[in-house]
Amino acid sequence: MRVYLDNSATTAVAPEVIDAMLPFFADEPGNAGSVHSFGQRAKAAVETSRRQVAALIGAAPAEIVFTSGGTEADNIAVRGTAEAHREHGRHLITTAIEHPAVLATCEALERDGYRVTYLPVSGAALVSVDDVRRAIEHDTTLISVMHANNETGTIQPIEEIAQVVADARAAGHTHLHFHTDAVQSVGKVPVDVARLGVDLLSIAAHKIHGPKGVGALYVRKGTRLAKLTYGGHQERDRRAGTENVAGIVGLGRAAELARLELDERMARMRRLRDHLETQVKSRISGVRLNGDLARRVPSVSNMSFEGLDGESLLIALDLRGVAVSTGSACASGAHEPSHVLRALGLSREEIRGSLRLSVGAYTTREEIDYAVDVLVETVARSREMQPSDAL
Amino acid sequence: MYSEQITEHLAHPRNVGEVENPSGVGDVTNEVCLDRIRLSIRIDHHVVTEAKIKAQGCPPTIAAASVLTELIIGRSVEDLGNLGKKEIVAALGRLPAAKMHCAALAVDALRAALADSRS
Repeated sequence: MRVYLDNSATTAVAPEVIDAMLPFFADEPGNAGSVHSFGQRAKAAVETSRRQVAALIGAAPAEIVFTSGGTEADNIAVRGTAEAHREHGRHLITTAIEHPAVLATCEALERDGYRVTYLPVSGAALVSVDDVRRAIEHDTTLISVMHANNETGTIQPIEEIAQVVADARAAGHTHLHFHTDAVQSVGKVPVDVARLGVDLLSIAAHKIHGPKGVGALYVRKGTRLAKLTYGGHQERDRRAGTENVAGIVGLGRAAELARLELDERMARMRRLRDHLETQVKSRISGVRLNGDLARRVPSVSNMSFEGLDGESLLIALDLRGVAVSTGSACASGAHEPSHVLRALGLSREEIRGSLRLSVGAYTTREEIDYAVDVLVETVARSREMQPSDAL
Repeated sequence: MYSEQITEHLAHPRNVGEVENPSGVGDVTNEVCLDRIRLSIRIDHHVVTEAKIKAQGCPPTIAAASVLTELIIGRSVEDLGNLGKKEIVAALGRLPAAKMHCAALAVDALRAALADSRS
């Protein structure tokens, strides 16, 4: 049996999404920028997709910018805002547990002369709203806080931070913007840009059973962004380059399915994830669940196995057909543990023994039962191998 | 990422356990990453006749410990004095440069077990 429990890394493309995409590889070769009928049909397909993505997050279609994925969306949001408003300030605020697409962009901006505050998180992986409020300086132009964390699934208090942003604007910080990376939350929990109160929000198609290589950035009407790529005037002059028509159509269909099936998918994933955790906790000793267990997306479980090495478990599980991921990879003898789990205050051993298991919309109960059986046996065998006086 | 030999040893580690009444035991830990190998051996007439391991750590450490037992059973103590990490790496196909210390740990376990048998 093959069981894919790494849906936080990427997901299988839904059959309906493949069907929607296929015509745009050969039968409909048009460039959405062309005047002829081929081009106009491609353009119409892109605009349908724009409405589908907008509907998923409660935005207006004109506020959706298609990108090559979550990473590009994050880059445009962070650098695009920083550069567009640099005459008003050069300070940004983010958190220690962001995706590298945000963190590395912030680090690059630091090399360009910007200042960045990296907020810590609690042991439950939560950012403190008060910390955000205190970090705002007279020249802060952007706050970027992810909606759900990729390793633990913890959902951050985005609405409360948006209130802090609104208060700051009312007090004169008119150039302050708020971005959230919602790559791990869209399709897993309700995401509504008005309710969240954000100016910018990143999405990736391949996390919601769409294709890889396409994503979107929500840009609230009236938000000024600098350009990162130069070329044509696609995407209202915000993202140059011929539209990835088939990919965009796939994202649109995946967004539509995610919207229509959201309640059902959430309930299903939660049932399966909770079943997985209950079984693991009752059948394996020395297991710790990581992150805030109440505030998290229903698809992710992050757990540490006392005394064991995550990568050894991962490979042993993979040999029996079960795919998971680990937050810890050991390089040159010194562990380079996950920056997220480190920020949570986990010990070196807990980080080392951590695995992330993530279900998708199509995971079945039988798959979870098989994965648990394999996990129980793998952990038992690994522990038998340990010296008897080991932890 | 890892060779077939490494994953195969991880799936089916050889000679797991402790030799009863061993001639020598080598129990070594890499203090940086805390990987550990415990090797117990029986020596009869200057030849290793039995070898068992316990190990914890990353995949190459477990594979190196496992393959070590295969490499040493049936060989003379004198011959084993020349066993180095190159032989471990060769038996595992290849090892990423950053994981060479795992082969070194297996060699350390052997040296410690041989030293223990002499004392």
